[in-house]
Amino acid sequence: MAEKILMKGNEAIAISAIRNGADGYFGYPITPQSEVMETLMKEKPWETTGMVVLQAESETSSINMVYGGACTGKKVMTSSSSPGISLMCEGLSYLAGSELPCLIVNVMRGGPGLGTIQPSQSDYNQCVKGGGHGDYHSIVLAPASAQDMYDFVDWGFDLAFKWRTPVIILADGIIGQMMEKVELREMKPRRTKEELIAAAPWATTGKTPDRDYNFITSLALESDFQEAFNLKLKDKYQKIEQEEVKYSEYMTEDAEYLFVAFGCSSRICEATVDELRAQGIKVGLLRPITLFPFPTGRIAELSKQVKSMMSIELNMGQMVEDVRLACNGACPVGFYGRLGGNIYTPNEIEEAFKKFNNLK
Amino acid sequence: MNIEDIKKPENIIYKKTPILTDTVMHYCPGCSHGTVHKLVAEVIEEMGIQQDVIGISPVGCSVFAYNYLKIDWQQAAHGRAPALATATKRLNPEKYVFTYQGDGDLASIGTAEIIHACSRGENIVVIFINNGIYGMTGGQMAPTTLLGMKTATTPYGRDAKLNGFPLVLAPMIAQLDGTAFITRQAVHTAPAARKAKAAIRKAFEYSQKGIGLSFVEIVATCNSGWKMSPVAANKWMVENMFPKYPLGDIKDVLKAE
Repeated sequence: MAEKILMKGNEAIAISAIRNGADGYFGYPITPQSEVMETLMKEKPWETTGMVVLQAESETSSINMVYGGACTGKKVMTSSSSPGISLMCEGLSYLAGSELPCLIVNVMRGGPGLGTIQPSQSDYNQCVKGGGHGDYHSIVLAPASAQDMYDFVDWGFDLAFKWRTPVIILADGIIGQMMEKVELREMKPRRTKEELIAAAPWATTGKTPDRDYNFITSLALESDFQEAFNLKLKDKYQKIEQEEVKYSEYMTEDAEYLFVAFGCSSRICEATVDELRAQGIKVGLLRPITLFPFPTGRIAELSKQVKSMMSIELNMGQMVEDVRLACNGACPVGFYGRLGGNIYTPNEIEEAFKKFNNLK
Repeated sequence: MNIEDIKKPENIIYKKTPILTDTVMHYCPGCSHGTVHKLVAEVIEEMGIQQDVIGISPVGCSVFAYNYLKIDWQQAAHGRAPALATATKRLNPEKYVFTYQGDGDLASIGTAEIIHACSRGENIVVIFINNGIYGMTGGQMAPTTLLGMKTATTPYGRDAKLNGFPLVLAPMIAQLDGTAFITRQAVHTAPAARKAKAAIRKAFEYSQKGIGLSFVEIVATCNSGWKMSPVAANKWMVENMFPKYPLGDIKDVLKAE
């Protein structure tokens, strides 16, 4: 039996990073995710696995430390919350522009501005659509439990190196702070020097006589060069959309109505589905696990099966735009959200559902 | 006697270091960057550390440093090179890691990054080109622009009331416990270039001693930005830049008291 430990989602990120062979973490304190760095500092992984942990002077600096570490082919990561992610967007754009693998955890809080420290899902547009300047995407994973937080670290690093792209774990204050049982998977050692060079032959590991020197840059002064690079990225994103979409479904087989919700909202919607099913209303739930790539194809299929869909989000309505695009008018798409750190109850969602669908 | 007879090994008294590529530099004639690049390349060759060096290039004219030195390079966002260098060095402590930054990059947009890298005592080398102007973007005011100096954004000369005072960074970071070696050099004459090269070598050597950050400021010319001939720019630098930015070592923790 694998060991199960009660821990916060934020702690799960830290423990998973150590156990999955991360080489470095660079961060800056911000609520509600400070436990990530606090746990790492308490665990002292530099004495066991050799993992580097450093508190930077700002999120601007921590993302650029991630950039430097990623250049050398190391498995590096950072974590922050919404205002900190805004500061990191410059670095994110450079990471995408230099095709560098790394992991970024955003434990979302309410905004805009300094906002609230309570949970929110209002960085969907920022993280899924880019955030920084230029044409790019990050792969975005949406955990819904502390176990997901643990598992997505390893999955995220795999995706980051497979596609040479930043990967964002888009969590929220609930998932970060909630304590749940987490199963510790088998440990993965940090990569050896030889494994690193095999996985990242492009990395700045020092110019050896057997190869030309490596340089990593996002600079492309000539228009044709820049355009060719943009098209290369576009091709990569299309392949990611073909190969990496992940979602889960709950009671969709015979569903006449559908909820679409990610992260903590999907867990609340499950309770609403149970309640409505008990009343004889055939409702199902689709939970996007990857937000980029988005499960557009499956939502399009379901749009032909159901009478209507509702996107349930802790924001003013962001993912709902992608749900509408996927449905392309095939069925009505409604929205219900709460803001400012307020969280809907299953009954509140039920009421909104009945109002939207004119049901008693 | 033809030219091939002259090009015999025994007649060669000077050779371009193989660390430099054959790419024609984009720098303006008279610019100090080319000389400093050569000095860094020679130090790397002489120390035999080509496969152990990682360079970090900035935003500015020297963004293209990676076209000229045959070493592994990372190109940073504007001002962020010390953050990249911090992680690169901590994750690869056996490597020599250096940043190459201009005054806009290091002393304006990147002040937080350089100050905190110094304060943490990162074991990296910082090469700081101070020519008092933004070269690549077309000659705007830099934090190090002298009072009265005309630039694209101070067309009537830098006025302290309007534009603030020149930022003199080296003595500031010399106060920080994390710095090991701070020096200010120039490359406008052969003796000056030799001294600058010795300083760069010392900085690289110090970076492997675990004693903190080494900082080599080069007071440099930007004759295009200053709108002068190369010779006039050198003269102007000696007469105007050196009084504000005097040459010499500012801090050396290993030097006997």
